Amino acid sequence: MEVLKQELKENIIEQLNLEDITVEDIADNDILFGDGLGLDSIDALELIVMLDKNYGIKLTDPKEGREIFGSIEIMAKYITEHRTK
Amino acid sequence: MSKGVAITGMGIVSAIGNNVAENYQSLINSDKGISKISKIDTIHKNDIMVGEIASTNSELEQQLGLSADNNYSRTALLGAIAAKQAAQNAKILNINTYKTGLISSTSVGGMDMTETYYYDYLENKSSQKYIDGHHAGDSSQKIAEQLGIKQNLVTTISTACSSAANAIMFGARLIKSGKLDRVIVGGADCLSKFTINGFKTLMILSDTYNTPFDENRKGLNLGEAAAFLVLESDKVIAAEKKEVLAYVKGYGNANDAYHQTASSENGDGATLAMQKALKVANYTAKDIDYINAHGTATGNNDLSEGRAILRVFEDNVPDFSSTKAYTGHTLAAAGAIEAVYAVLALQNNIIYPNLNFKTQMKEFDITPQLELKEKELQTVLSNSLGFGGNCSTLIFSKEQ
Amino acid sequence: MSAVYISGLGSISCQKTFDNNEFLDEIITYTDTVITAVNPNYKEYIKPAAARRMAKGIKMGVVASRIALNDANKEQIDAIITGTGMGCVRDSEKFVSTIIDNNEQYLTPTSFIQSTHNTVGGQIALELQCKGYNFTYVHASVSFESALLDASLQLENDEANTILIGGVDELGDHTVAIHKIVNHIKPEKIDSTALLNATTEGAVFGEGANFFVVSNKKQASNYAEVLSVTTYNTVSKNKIEELAQEFLQDNDISIGDIDAIVLGNNGDVKHDSFYHELSSGIFQNTQQIYYKHLCGEFNTASSFGVWLASKILKTQHLPDVVKINNKSITNYTTILLYNQYRGENHSFTLLRKC
Repeated sequence: MEVLKQELKENIIEQLNLEDITVEDIADNDILFGDGLGLDSIDALELIVMLDKNYGIKLTDPKEGREIFGSIEIMAKYITEHRTK
Repeated sequence: MSKGVAITGMGIVSAIGNNVAENYQSLINSDKGISKISKIDTIHKNDIMVGEIASTNSELEQQLGLSADNNYSRTALLGAIAAKQAAQNAKILNINTYKTGLISSTSVGGMDMTETYYYDYLENKSSQKYIDGHHAGDSSQKIAEQLGIKQNLVTTISTACSSAANAIMFGARLIKSGKLDRVIVGGADCLSKFTINGFKTLMILSDTYNTPFDENRKGLNLGEAAAFLVLESDKVIAAEKKEVLAYVKGYGNANDAYHQTASSENGDGATLAMQKALKVANYTAKDIDYINAHGTATGNNDLSEGRAILRVFEDNVPDFSSTKAYTGHTLAAAGAIEAVYAVLALQNNIIYPNLNFKTQMKEFDITPQLELKEKELQTVLSNSLGFGGNCSTLIFSKEQ
Repeated sequence: MSAVYISGLGSISCQKTFDNNEFLDEIITYTDTVITAVNPNYKEYIKPAAARRMAKGIKMGVVASRIALNDANKEQIDAIITGTGMGCVRDSEKFVSTIIDNNEQYLTPTSFIQSTHNTVGGQIALELQCKGYNFTYVHASVSFESALLDASLQLENDEANTILIGGVDELGDHTVAIHKIVNHIKPEKIDSTALLNATTEGAVFGEGANFFVVSNKKQASNYAEVLSVTTYNTVSKNKIEELAQEFLQDNDISIGDIDAIVLGNNGDVKHDSFYHELSSGIFQNTQQIYYKHLCGEFNTASSFGVWLASKILKTQHLPDVVKINNKSITNYTTILLYNQYRGENHSFTLLRKC
């Protein structure tokens, strides 16, 4: 799970072009959306594509993303349970 | 200031008809034009439905009598055909008798060709003619040429889904200011992989028939279309004893300033646009007999627009419906095709049904008009709400 | 009818023009076929959360508008009207190429969203929380003039008091490549100082954003009054002089009243002939100015011309680098601008000192 969490942090920074942020800046339990890292609904859509492309998880309703992307910890758990890649 | 600007001609090509009469017949017969896509080969073809125009590009080129070396994109083809219909409908014999301009609009432009020949351009000479045709203004230049407009004001607006409504608005203002005696206004957009994939990434495309204002709506169907109106000044109407179809009575554009693609929950931009339009028309909310809503059947739009309608009309919400279940969402052209439908509604005293509706939205208790309804109409309000928070409202009236 | 004034401006171009305290003090000469904008420090103006999504054109537009607003001392405006010929080219290229390269799979929304032509206008509105009128014109070399015309109509009729307008276009690799293939871009590198007398087809492409705050309020700090702007989709070469005369007559101005004419010569031997008709004809005794050797050619390059003319009227200084001829004018009061691109979409703009 640690490797996955590291991977997720790197992917998020790259995919969302978070130029000023490093992996060290994101704690496992930091809130990603809204007040935390400040990600928004467009970022959620980007992450949905990432889930599909990297882990083979297809979400059909964008609203599902809200919970799954709560934090790195929550994401990692969800991916571990549902990944097909 | 609140005097309406006369509409003397209309032209339209959409998934529900190749001219005004055909479109009207489809509307009153609840004949929707939504189907699986046939002319574009996309991996999403089984996951989406669209409002596609039956004619192939070859057929459209033939209709216009274009030579084989033409570089018209599908957007330009549709636009030229609709614009010529409008000029003919307005009985314009010599376009240069009066100072005549063209305000067109598009979001796709020549992207249908660019996406097809993107890499081909670098290798093959034969496709390179389309390079010139990519930019948004090119289709307008071609339409102007088809109409015979020379040495005059021709420009193009691109504000996503409110584009054509804005073109109509600007045209009306140019007539009022005396800068032009006559102006052809409207827009055109064709289907493209670019927009299909673009909307797919936003996860707002439905895999079935779109259901505006329905609780279980799943998203929009993309469509393609072109429509134009001819607006003429009072001076020309009098001199030529022109028959007036209806008037552009009010208009307003405002910005939601909330998010790049989503509308604010309480529909601030739409509310402001409707209020501005009423003000220009010197109307109160009670003066509106029918609303042709933007109603794209996305979760966000219908909620936002519904709330805006309630804010503006309060306890007096008039009959309203979206016609996008018929045509799909034709992006930049939407404001123009819906303007044509608004004028037809006024001429025939008809309110179109909001098709495919099953379940009331839980957020409010206003229900769209579900059946075709005959009703004496003096005014119709039409909304077109686009990306970038761009919200536009037009009001059409029978009397000036 | 109220008058229309330019009360603030901001420019990002292939010269260092983003600092309003300077006026072409240092000139960058280029020897190339494509030149790129000199960037301000975008981080000073745009938060990282927003900047991470913005391609160059959007950044240029947002920052040039911010500079113009600061210059006019304005926090809020009534309307935002932008012009762009090619729109957000880089995001469009990114999205199309990804569609093709990945066979429509794993596409992400950001470049699609950013590719819509009205993104700059929408972004500025978001930032300023401006809920007012917001239009984007996309008609080749009259994109900016359409925005100016729209704004002028509103100000003249007191429908608004302060409007932000601007022209912006950016370069994209694929777009440049294909325009080279069809000879819209010069086949060989050329020194910018030699542009005026170039003998080859095609132009030197550039990019930039030039934004203005226009208002109907008379102020000492105004740069210029906008007397008139007119556009034409087509003009025959043999009609251009007549059209210029008509335009001036409509504004009660004679040729002799024009202190300088700003021309859009871009070094394309085929299409610069429109400018020669005027410069060797009725304007042969007028101070002639050109600017595309500084900013490059792009659909909204004429907005740089307006920036230049505004600065000349305010400072009463004509930099040597933009002179075509030398008429030793001491007092600049009325300036005419004329532009077209590849023989189409012509415009006349008339500015007067305040």
